[in-house]
Amino acid sequence: MNEGRKEIIQIVFVLVALIFLVKLFFIQVLDDRYAQLANSNAILRQIDYPVRGLIRDRHGKLIVYNTPEFDLQIIHREVKNLDTARFLDVFSLTREELLQTFKELKMKKEYSPVKPTIFLTKLSARDFAKIEDNIDEFPGFYIQARTTRAYNAQAAANAIGYVSEISKTKLERDKTGIYKQGDYIGQSGIESFYEQYLRGTRGVRFKLRNVDGIEKGSFRDGEMDTLSTPGQDLTTTLDLELQKYGEYLMKGKSGSIIAIEPSTGEILSMVSGPSYDPTLLTGKNYSSNFVLISNDTLKPLFNRPLMAQYRPGSIFKIAQAMVALQEGVITPETRIRCDRSIIDCHGPHTNEDLRGAITNSCNPYFRDVLRRMLNQGKSNNPFDDTRIGLTEWDKHISSFGFGKRLGIDLPNEKNGLVPSPAFYDRAYGGRPWKFSNIYSIAIGEGENLVVPLQMANFAATVANKGYYITPHLVKSIGNSGKPLPPYTEKHYTTIDSAYFRVAADAMERVVEAGTGQFRAKLKDVIVCGKTGTVQNDPKPAHAVFIAFAPKENPKIAVSVYVESAGQGGRSAASIASLMIEKYLYGATQRPQIEEYVLKGKFLN
Amino acid sequence: MRNNNDIISDKMDWVTVALYFAIVFLGWINIYAVTYDQAKSISIFNVDLNSGRQLIFIVGSIFIILAILIIDMRFYETFAYVIYGAILFLLLLVPIIGKEVGGNKAWLGIGSFGVQPSEFAKFATALAVAKYIGSVGFKMDQLRNQIILFAMIGASMLLILLQKDTGTALVFTVFTLVFFREGMSPMLIICGVAAAVIFILTLLVNSYYLFIGIGIILVIAIVMGKKKIKRIAMLTAAAIALCCVIISVDYVVTNVLRPHQQNRIKALINPDADPLGFGWNVTQSKIAIGSGGFIGKGFLKGTQTKFDFVPEQSTDFIFCTIGEEHGWLGSLFIMTLFVGLLLRIVFLAERQKNRFARVYGYSVACIFFFHFAVNIGMTIGLFPVIGIPLPFFSYGGSSLWGFTILLFILLKLDIHRMQVLQRI
Repeated sequence: MNEGRKEIIQIVFVLVALIFLVKLFFIQVLDDRYAQLANSNAILRQIDYPVRGLIRDRHGKLIVYNTPEFDLQIIHREVKNLDTARFLDVFSLTREELLQTFKELKMKKEYSPVKPTIFLTKLSARDFAKIEDNIDEFPGFYIQARTTRAYNAQAAANAIGYVSEISKTKLERDKTGIYKQGDYIGQSGIESFYEQYLRGTRGVRFKLRNVDGIEKGSFRDGEMDTLSTPGQDLTTTLDLELQKYGEYLMKGKSGSIIAIEPSTGEILSMVSGPSYDPTLLTGKNYSSNFVLISNDTLKPLFNRPLMAQYRPGSIFKIAQAMVALQEGVITPETRIRCDRSIIDCHGPHTNEDLRGAITNSCNPYFRDVLRRMLNQGKSNNPFDDTRIGLTEWDKHISSFGFGKRLGIDLPNEKNGLVPSPAFYDRAYGGRPWKFSNIYSIAIGEGENLVVPLQMANFAATVANKGYYITPHLVKSIGNSGKPLPPYTEKHYTTIDSAYFRVAADAMERVVEAGTGQFRAKLKDVIVCGKTGTVQNDPKPAHAVFIAFAPKENPKIAVSVYVESAGQGGRSAASIASLMIEKYLYGATQRPQIEEYVLKGKFLN
Repeated sequence: MRNNNDIISDKMDWVTVALYFAIVFLGWINIYAVTYDQAKSISIFNVDLNSGRQLIFIVGSIFIILAILIIDMRFYETFAYVIYGAILFLLLLVPIIGKEVGGNKAWLGIGSFGVQPSEFAKFATALAVAKYIGSVGFKMDQLRNQIILFAMIGASMLLILLQKDTGTALVFTVFTLVFFREGMSPMLIICGVAAAVIFILTLLVNSYYLFIGIGIILVIAIVMGKKKIKRIAMLTAAAIALCCVIISVDYVVTNVLRPHQQNRIKALINPDADPLGFGWNVTQSKIAIGSGGFIGKGFLKGTQTKFDFVPEQSTDFIFCTIGEEHGWLGSLFIMTLFVGLLLRIVFLAERQKNRFARVYGYSVACIFFFHFAVNIGMTIGLFPVIGIPLPFFSYGGSSLWGFTILLFILLKLDIHRMQVLQRI
């Protein structure tokens, strides 16, 4: 009567076990979702932030270092029975701020109730002491230590740049996967260009934790943990004392000073005026200070040495002279009458040779030099002839590093402009143009544009008698003792070095007896220089001066550009010579010149 | 004449004993794994840990086993009703003088020592049921007999329900499987399962869709079959009855079941709806087991079970530790042990020479089966969370002893199965 029932019961027993095993096979072997969930449950990923590399000057003096800073992180799920009044007290917040912070927290893209999310940032060391003592009262809140930048000197702010939280757009563009929201990244200057060296690598520690978030030791005995490696220190080419002095001289002026060691291309100082206090862009008040600085009408964040494109003015005559010599259209002895009917000139001179023309910055002389260069009679058509001449001229001028980015180790460098035939075709809308249309480029006016860095590089090229090494700001990454490879390569110009000697001689005369004699001449060293006064109607002209010294074995090449400061022989020549003096002798022996510069009254 | 001890060692079914100790031992080290803390590394024998206390319970059960083997085998049948009555009395006492542990008032305390009479109600009820079915002239097809049997298990269930221990009370439903073996119509089980399915469906699907579904099936059944008035009337009556059941289930769920019980059923259907709330247990349990993979994380290497993500890990959710630390292979091994034990018990039951012993054997097998199925089923999300232990595996003295008594009374009966024949 009950036949088979024994078997039915046994089959039921086995069947249930089989169903379980199949189900287990699904969740254990086929579905790896559970393993991931288990990890996010029990494994806390702690980032070990590396220390960012330090930045030193060329003598090893510290410019930028790190100070500790603290963020407060929250794992929302773990927050239990928050004593709001106590929290407000410990963290020095108002109730509104706290509510706002919670509101913003949930809007964050990376927000998850089970993962650490940044709650408050940039707690100061002072707040931290209080918070650290009391953090245990607030389950779900964790302190994350990291470092922030600090500055030994309020100098070279634009060259060094600043560090701040990575922006959303940058984060989206980042393909390395290194950065997460809330991470810090170099935003400009050296901090940005050398980000990959400075940032170091982050360490990760995997900690086990129980359901209450309490740490229960390391995961797999720490075999997956990585230590953070600190970023590499940078030794810059800057001379901190010279840099500070330059900024001191530029106080209250707009413009730039760049000093380069010609033999190496190392930038000794790079002043952008006006500048800002880099400390303002660290710490708690970053956002409000940034708005303040970026809205300043004098644009302190605008790095003039690289970004301001000016007409070069008369300093360009040095380049013209060398190109003409190279092309063989003049010799150093060629005399040209100072015919002021087409183009104005200054000073009492009538019929100078090349040296005299440079010394007196004779405009008609260089107009004629350019004419001889552009119209060499290679074509009977004056338009075509100019085109052929200009193409040749372009080649030479560009070889000085004008009209293109030099490739300095900073972001946002501008090209400048060396007008080419194609440029004029565009500018004239297809209508023909010839020498008489474009001659103002002969004296560095017209369509020419250069950035101050290119002027300094030009001075260095003359100092080197024919080549330059791309100017750069970092001479050693970490302990390598070497700059990046591009910064050891010599770039030769298309001009024979003999003609550079002519140029150097002429520049010596400028300081000795010409437009620069009153303020650029130094007692113990031969300074070679050239003034420039760039038209800026209706405002006063910009003052320009380039120089290098000593004449033999030059140690320093300088360019100075002071906006709306009138004649180059005044402010710019003064500043340049003071920088040379400071660098070569450590101080000026001409306090009256320093005083003149600091007073800043250059317009009569 | 050979002495009693020789008979015991000769006739003892050592296969069952070996399975028993294997499962008890594995349970014990897994209880240690739950509480293991790599930072502290306390010994498995430390009585501050569950594992240390479990060892005491295991030693205690050895004494219980010896006692069971020493007591004359006729005692169990003779005093079956007395034992049953005594346990019922204790169960009655629990709501009055018991102490409350973890929301259930199921403990009788003597000093700091507490026992759960409900764990012992299982073997007592099994003895009583076996004795009744085994009595001379018993016929399963008599309605009166069936009523008395259901009254027996019903009394135990009711008293345990009074302690709000729904899980243990539900264990007694498994006796229907024993009755089935002894000749009861399978219709009862089929109806029971069908009722459970309808119950679940009612929770899953809006009642109106169920009504529509029943209506469609009814129409199809009428059209397809012979068109006799009587048959149509029967089908219609059945459909109406079903609808009434659905309405009453709805009512029961919303008005009779306590909120945490409703949540457990809801969690079964959709644990993701509130993973931090009522779905927490099941979700975390599945995460723990699922993260074990094929070979597991290794003994003492589990993270989910160790750090309290899974609640009740030493007791009801002990299987998570196996799943997490020993993976699918470990689960397969444990399943094999349990199924082996169940089939062995059925084998023992079938070789008994009298009906009392056989019914008792089936009761043991079916009770173990229910615990095994529901316990593991709930940890992997196939059953609602019903807090009942995994036999011999879960931490707890009362349950270990209760199961030990259940099993070793059967072994004692088995030893003397030939004597029974001689006696009658």
